[in-house]
Amino acid sequence: MVDLSTTYMGLPLKHPVVASASPLSESADGIKRLEDGGAAAVVMFSLFEEQLQHESEAFEHLTTSGTESFPESLTYFPEVEDYHVGPDRYLDLIRRASEACDIPVIGSLNGITSRGWVDTARQMQDAGAKGIELNVYYIPADLGMTGREVEDRYVDVLAAVKQAVTIPVAMKLSPFFSAMGDMARRLDGAGADALVLFNRFYQPDFDLDKLEVKPNLNLSTATEIRLPLLWIAILYGRIRPSLAATTGVHGVEEAIKYLMAGADAVMSTSALLKHGPGFTTTLVNGIRDWMEVRDYDSIQQMKGSMSQKNVADPTAFERANYIKILESYKSDFAA
Amino acid sequence: MANHEVTTIDGNEACAYVAYRVNEICGIYPITPSSTMAELADQWASEGKANIWGNVPQVIEMQSEAGAAGAVHGALQTGALTTTFTASQGLMLMIPNMYKIAGELTAAVFHVAARSLAAQGLSIFGDHQDVMAVRSTGFALLSASSVQEAHDMSLIAQAAALESRIPFIHFFDGFRTSHEVNKLELLSDDEIRAMIREDLVLAHRARALTPEHPFIRGTAQNPDVYFQARETVNRFYDACPGIVAKVMERFGDLTGRHYHLFDYFGDPEAERVLIIMGSGADIARETVEYLAARGEKVGAVQVHLYRPFAADAFLASLPKTTKSIAVLDRTKEPGSTGEPMYLDVVTTLATAQASGTLGLAAMPRVIGGRYGLSSKDFTPAMAKGVLDELKKADPKNGFTVGITDDVTHKSIDYDPTFRVVGKGVVRALFFGLGADGTVGANKNTIKIIGEDPEFYAQGYFVYDSKKSGSQTVSHVRFGPDPIRSSYLIEKADFIGCHQFNFLEKADVLGPADEGATLLLNAPYGPDEIWDHLPRVVQEQIIAKKLPFYVIDAYKVARETGMGTRTNTIMQTCFFAISGVMPRDRAIEKIKASIKKTYRLKGDEVVRKNFEAVDHTLAHLHKVEVPAAATSARELPPTVSVAAPDFVKNVTAMMMAGRGDELPVSAMPIDGTYPSATTKWEKRNISLFVPIWEPDICIQCGNCSFVCPHSVIRSKFYNETMLADAPGAFKSAPIDARGFPDTRYTLQIYLEDCTGCGLCVEVCPAKSKEQSGMKAINMRPKEPVLEAERANISFFETLPVNDRGRVDFSTVRGSQFLEPLFEFSGACAGCGETPYVKLLSQLFGDRLTVANATGCSSIYGGNLPTTPWAQNAEGRGPAWSNSLFEDNAEFGLGFRLSADKHLEIATALTKQFQAELGTDLVEETLNAPQRTEVEIRLQRARVAELKKRLSAIEGDKAQSLMSVIDHLVRRSVWIIGGDGWAYDIGYGGVDHVLSTGRDVNILVMDTEVYSNTGGQMSKSTPTAAIAKFAAAGKQVAKKDLALQAISYGNVYVARVAMGANPQQTLLAFREAETYPGPSLILAYSHCIAHGINMQNGLKQQSLAVHSGYWPLVRYNPAVRESGENPFVLDSQRPRIPLKDYAYNELRYRMLTRTNPEAADRLMAMAQEQVHRKWEVYEEMATRG
Repeated sequence: MVDLSTTYMGLPLKHPVVASASPLSESADGIKRLEDGGAAAVVMFSLFEEQLQHESEAFEHLTTSGTESFPESLTYFPEVEDYHVGPDRYLDLIRRASEACDIPVIGSLNGITSRGWVDTARQMQDAGAKGIELNVYYIPADLGMTGREVEDRYVDVLAAVKQAVTIPVAMKLSPFFSAMGDMARRLDGAGADALVLFNRFYQPDFDLDKLEVKPNLNLSTATEIRLPLLWIAILYGRIRPSLAATTGVHGVEEAIKYLMAGADAVMSTSALLKHGPGFTTTLVNGIRDWMEVRDYDSIQQMKGSMSQKNVADPTAFERANYIKILESYKSDFAA
Repeated sequence: MANHEVTTIDGNEACAYVAYRVNEICGIYPITPSSTMAELADQWASEGKANIWGNVPQVIEMQSEAGAAGAVHGALQTGALTTTFTASQGLMLMIPNMYKIAGELTAAVFHVAARSLAAQGLSIFGDHQDVMAVRSTGFALLSASSVQEAHDMSLIAQAAALESRIPFIHFFDGFRTSHEVNKLELLSDDEIRAMIREDLVLAHRARALTPEHPFIRGTAQNPDVYFQARETVNRFYDACPGIVAKVMERFGDLTGRHYHLFDYFGDPEAERVLIIMGSGADIARETVEYLAARGEKVGAVQVHLYRPFAADAFLASLPKTTKSIAVLDRTKEPGSTGEPMYLDVVTTLATAQASGTLGLAAMPRVIGGRYGLSSKDFTPAMAKGVLDELKKADPKNGFTVGITDDVTHKSIDYDPTFRVVGKGVVRALFFGLGADGTVGANKNTIKIIGEDPEFYAQGYFVYDSKKSGSQTVSHVRFGPDPIRSSYLIEKADFIGCHQFNFLEKADVLGPADEGATLLLNAPYGPDEIWDHLPRVVQEQIIAKKLPFYVIDAYKVARETGMGTRTNTIMQTCFFAISGVMPRDRAIEKIKASIKKTYRLKGDEVVRKNFEAVDHTLAHLHKVEVPAAATSARELPPTVSVAAPDFVKNVTAMMMAGRGDELPVSAMPIDGTYPSATTKWEKRNISLFVPIWEPDICIQCGNCSFVCPHSVIRSKFYNETMLADAPGAFKSAPIDARGFPDTRYTLQIYLEDCTGCGLCVEVCPAKSKEQSGMKAINMRPKEPVLEAERANISFFETLPVNDRGRVDFSTVRGSQFLEPLFEFSGACAGCGETPYVKLLSQLFGDRLTVANATGCSSIYGGNLPTTPWAQNAEGRGPAWSNSLFEDNAEFGLGFRLSADKHLEIATALTKQFQAELGTDLVEETLNAPQRTEVEIRLQRARVAELKKRLSAIEGDKAQSLMSVIDHLVRRSVWIIGGDGWAYDIGYGGVDHVLSTGRDVNILVMDTEVYSNTGGQMSKSTPTAAIAKFAAAGKQVAKKDLALQAISYGNVYVARVAMGANPQQTLLAFREAETYPGPSLILAYSHCIAHGINMQNGLKQQSLAVHSGYWPLVRYNPAVRESGENPFVLDSQRPRIPLKDYAYNELRYRMLTRTNPEAADRLMAMAQEQVHRKWEVYEEMATRG
């Protein structure tokens, strides 16, 4: 019998497939369905502090627009006592999901102020979250900002949250650091319990009909695993935090590749959205079958087997990797 | 006696607080100024608040006040303790049931915020016309004069009704008391319980209809017994005053607040006495106590129980020394020998005199008079004026006070400078905009001060009649003793001017007392502000020795993320300067108040407000006032010198806030006012206005089509006309083949623009060089204002395009038609007015409009200025508003007149055939008049007929001349909102549609009662919240279209301008052309939807795309040609309902208050959309 268990950010998981932040986790029922579908843990959809702020301001604006202006209509909405614009709903969801599920429920937070990060992280812990994923999404559009300053923001946020909570904290990162290795080590130093590689953040698109810039977020494709695969393979065994892979897990093959690169957990969003929560079981079964056929005993045995640390030619992950692609390109297509 | 909880609330809440606790059922319907009471009852019920018996009252909104009265009557007859809240026309609609309820000796209390009745004009403001109109119903009438009394009398009325079995009207003055915020002692539930005898409650129940002990009530009676049966109630009315007196006594023992049927104030040996009820009584009291303290033998009797009128108690209340009496009625009864209370007093005195029970040395001289109609302020000066009148040898009877009647000379003079100021009372006036939050901040200020045990505080707020850019004046008093001064502040110790430009528009410093403090929000620092003030303002500051403070509150607001909300900033300044309490303590209290107010809106909003408070004081500066005025700048005239005399002499006075100074002679005698007056107003309320880019523009007309305020006009003209154009005048070659010499101009009337931005949103033309740049873009107004004024003047010299040359069938073409509805006071971005404007463009010169009361009658007909206009020929829409409930019938009357006069005109024209010319007569009488070209031709024929007719003498010729214009087809439109069409006026709408007559009904469907503040109608959709539906509307919106279609001969269209303007245009034209009844349901986005109004058109489009608002046309006329009359103009649903709905706070709110209910209702609403679409698709495809 193959041992599929793994440990991710200090949390023992029955297998490495984790349901990542998606609309599927927007309700307690949805989270329960993810558990029933076989997920070893659920990372909830991200709570965006900016969105909370925006909603708070919008509520204030829309409920006061036109009020106290005309004597017949001094207000336009009924007074409500229990309107929640803060994180209450999210926290309540964590609470209910944690009570309803046996698997760990991990809160996901995207803050913009230090208070937003810290207070909300603490509230998530109090609500029953087993861990927190900090979904740091930041585009340094200020041309005067240096790389170091950008990095400091990440480290500072992590340090502040770590100080505020006792549950494990994961950092979900973008790949755009000049020196990802050094960045990973700094986060390690600041207490990260896991690194999640990589987030697929907002990249604007143009609407050519309307000639407008528009937000766009497509579901990932399997080919997108390369970059996380590269960095998981490089980082494996060289830093303390767990590693999770989170892009392009559309089938068993990608999951196995990530595990062999050194991931402690593989996260899936697009595939679950596409195939439903039950697809987790398909993935898990596929991993098990693959391992059985190849006589692997455990995830532990397989994990990191293709990492830079363990492959025969470590330079394959560096510049040589690039050269190899070009070469293969030639051999495949050149006459 | 228990220590009482003290709070600061308004009269409506004070009343509803008790009414809710002593009833089991509330049958409600919104009407100003009582709506708040019903809203609070509904809110408390939705929060699960219990009455004194521990159960939550049922609150049900009905379709009208008539419906509410019916439901109340039914609930009472079946034993439930039941109440309602209403005013004015609402009370009128309850009259039939009130006779029944009283005739059946049913214990109940109706709480009324007393308001004027619509006569020569509608008024939402306060007087006693409504309650006086129901004095014959058999209801007892109990009057409260203040916020505290509105609280106390609610309970006294309820207790007395149960004991006497006589139903009560408990009333207080609309706005003056209903909306005044004042400090009061709250009754505890135990006190309320102690006042309501349980045995009487059980007796009430025992009288209920029940099949367990069956009887019948409500028989039809014959001449033999009706009379005697009517007399059976006498003993109950005889006993009633005694019961009320005892209840008052019990109340006094319990609370320490002692009331009597009639309360006397003043010198115990007064010779001159006022008799008065309502808020005026407090003013009379304040005046006589002031004068009596100075040795004048004066007094005042405050009437609490007006019906049944207790003659003995009244006589007993008069000092034995009384020599003369003035009875002040806040109502008018034309043709009577006096107003009602005057007649009661005279009768009482005369009867007592005759029977020898008068108890006075001699029969006093009694005069009666009117005051305070429609919240006309009643002041101590006026009260003194009346007392002074009593000094005269021949005092005027039937007088008026507070106005100048230079026609029938009934008004009495008074000294307007007489004032009564309580010891230690501080009077503050704040001038603000509705949008800047001034009123809200002042309400908080009053609460903050009122919470201090050492202070009493009072606030009253005056609003103007515009829904955009509206101005507010807050009248705030505070002091060490209870404040009974229920009149506006005439002289203030503190003036807060929260908008710099108000100094140019109104006499802000006129009310400043000498040495008063002036706080000004201005975009200038302390060193530069002086040079920006008009001369008259500088002079006032110097002459009155005003300490002068300035702050750039908008800058602080911007810097702290508050946008345009300067409320907490100005509030902080007030506390900092006024010294009402130590600064630190004040700031602490402001912050506590902010936290309480904004807690629900999230930490971020609280934080920003805190930050604004913290940043304020550093920006507040005292200004060094020079010894002499330095400015040469005088205030501009209110209106242009080019305005007509009436506008200059009358309208402009109202615009300047000086309408009170107008004498009777200035007023039209029958409510007839000139139209086209908004154009003289030039409100300049938006700092940002659309600017046209001719090079990018494709001349589609969309911007003009959707502009809610008719600010965007287009014309085409020969290029030679540009010879005298100002240099900055913009034009472009017209985008049409075959017109090489023709230019096109899109002119923005930027001084009339509200800055809504709908034009920019709808503009499809974009710059190829710069993303986001369109053919029309919002830009700062100031830099272009002067140039554009010149451009507008020139534009107006260009001829209006000939209606015969314009293509009515396209959006673009229709926008060359002159709008005859312009610059209304509707909300910025209003979703209704674009439809109204389109109506005026298409048919304006032959249009008669019947307008249901509501938003459209307010922005369409509220003085001082009105937007319905006229063209260069002097023709334009003829508009009137009758009531809320009868508009369809009212408009049908227009059609009946038109048809009858057409019939007379036709018959007489035939009779004069020989003289007028057979060919011309034949042509005229048989001319088709469906298209604009045909109408123009008919106009020419009728003009010729009139010319020929003018040469003919005799009665018949004159008669024909009086009706001959009807030979040009009149277009009768009946317009209003969903509150009217779906609810209160639905019966009329349905009946008018069934008559087959050629009328057009336009329903501007905002899906709530917008004008009264967003209450649920039967048009409110499932899953949306509204007032009276705080838990989300549970049932589907009524499909008025299908109901009308079921008649088979009614033209029906459902349109949404933002989704398909071309379909809207087509529907309007088809409806008008259809020779029978037509109904258009127009999606009208609204501020009550909780949207950024700039997105209104987008929401319309999403509503259509989601299938929620399918665009349809049902045209019975095409049936004759074998076509399917039902056409579905929109495509199958493409987006889920929630993608449309959750952009709006009305839907989103429920997801935050009750997510499970929101999910359930949204699923239900989505299912309704599917089902409706299937039905529509079936109708459209079955052929």
